[in-house]
Amino acid sequence: MTQKIHPLLIAGTVLVFMFLVGPLIIVLGAALSDTTYLTFPPQGLSLRWFENIFQIDAFRRTIVTSLQIAFLSTMIALVIGIPAAYALNRHRIQLPGWLSTLFILPVLVPELVLGFSLLKNLAVQFNSPIYISLLFGHSLLVLPYVVRVISASLASFDFSIEEAAISLGSPPLKTFFTILLPNVRSGVIAAFILAFITSINDVSISIFLTGPGLSTLPIQLLAHMEQFFDPTVASVSVLLMILTVAVMAIVERTLGLTFLAK
Amino acid sequence: MKRFAGWTLASPATLLVVVFLVLPVLATIVTTFTTPAGPFATYQSFFGSGFRRTVLMRTIQVSLATTAIALVIGFLTAYVVSRAPGWLKSILIIAAVFPLLTGVVVRSFAWLIILGKNGILNSTLLSLGLIGEPMSMLYTQGAVIVAMVYLFVPLMILTLVGVLEGIPDDLIQASASLGAKPSATFLQVTLPLAVPGLIVGAVLVFTGSFTSYATPQLLGGEQVMMMGTLMYQQAMVTFDWVAASTIAAVMVVITIAIVLLMTRVARRLNPMAV
Repeated sequence: MTQKIHPLLIAGTVLVFMFLVGPLIIVLGAALSDTTYLTFPPQGLSLRWFENIFQIDAFRRTIVTSLQIAFLSTMIALVIGIPAAYALNRHRIQLPGWLSTLFILPVLVPELVLGFSLLKNLAVQFNSPIYISLLFGHSLLVLPYVVRVISASLASFDFSIEEAAISLGSPPLKTFFTILLPNVRSGVIAAFILAFITSINDVSISIFLTGPGLSTLPIQLLAHMEQFFDPTVASVSVLLMILTVAVMAIVERTLGLTFLAK
Repeated sequence: MKRFAGWTLASPATLLVVVFLVLPVLATIVTTFTTPAGPFATYQSFFGSGFRRTVLMRTIQVSLATTAIALVIGFLTAYVVSRAPGWLKSILIIAAVFPLLTGVVVRSFAWLIILGKNGILNSTLLSLGLIGEPMSMLYTQGAVIVAMVYLFVPLMILTLVGVLEGIPDDLIQASASLGAKPSATFLQVTLPLAVPGLIVGAVLVFTGSFTSYATPQLLGGEQVMMMGTLMYQQAMVTFDWVAASTIAAVMVVITIAIVLLMTRVARRLNPMAV
């Protein structure tokens, strides 16, 4: 690019990125503090608050629940989302136009409303276990990501390969597993990872679908913050940030992070 | 036979959305019209209550302020990012994606540390002698707006980088070669071409702020009640499910109306669509 950018704009951009990254560095610092209260810059360095996470029963339990819900809801979304994305790409003419809108509905409808409606009209109305509502709520939450990422991978898939396999006598299911799936593998990995992190971080759906006995990590964090102001929350936040870094590394390797800027 | 293939493959996902989203949400909305007091009674009591009207107006205000600030910051930053050399661009995109993928609780919590009574901002200002005693910055509308802007700026930057990269370079070069100054090119070529993207970004930020829960809960508390926190309180603290359903219905209608209206406006204003 030959066009020059005004120095003031560059200075502004530097400030914006300091604004974006700074608060997260502060959280990291606060997590390492050796004090019993939250402070930055950290006073004394210690990992004791990281140990503390695993000494609190509620954190241990909610970490397990969050990982479980994230894994299961992502698997559900993949198992039903991949065929849906395939159908939208391959059989578009047979399907009504509103179908693709239906699959992005979970993004359009406020998450709070979805969470509350699942509580009121599923869990309470039919007296069904809250875990089911939480699981399906999360599956819905991540479905649009799966459909979108897989659709994007399918867009660059050459369907004539699949036709070749079928015309040579390969049964449909075998064709799917041996031809299609390996070709969109990076899309599947990226979809899995994005869906997983979205579920792990969710507050708005889970807030209505948790309670005594069943809670997720973000909800437990909110509850802990209302009572304590110690560095435990900061150290859990750091664990979540480490997870984020891992996620980004995987997305970068599969789809490239620029995919997210689309 | 082939006619059914599409539907067979799409039906599990369709079923999930219909059974676990469309029906429960519709049921929530329908119950607001079937109360014994008459079909619109809950809405009369919602809009008749000064407190709830204030909450609605405040939510709109906070969301508009967040959207406006995020638009300006996001657009200027995205402009610089989209013109940055390759390696720098990757670093900047990573720096924007990282907060985006970090959860809302963590990002709001960061501002709790910064804006608290013994927070970094207060202690810095105190040690500089700019203030005599710590200010209470938490539980104010300002705190909520700052944290919301923080929440949504990465989304805006990434959306707009995508849009700005889609603008053909020829147009910018043509404008320059015809003698337009960079500022004129920016205002008369780049900006109009980015309008549809700006609208998409604005819709994402506005609806996101309008329906947010964690940020107003942590940084606004009872003092800065917003639609999301009010809905939670009605549903889970006072157990007034009719009132909570009414708030839910108002949220759905406003969100979907804005999305439909603005996507239409964005299509109209797209200068590339001939």
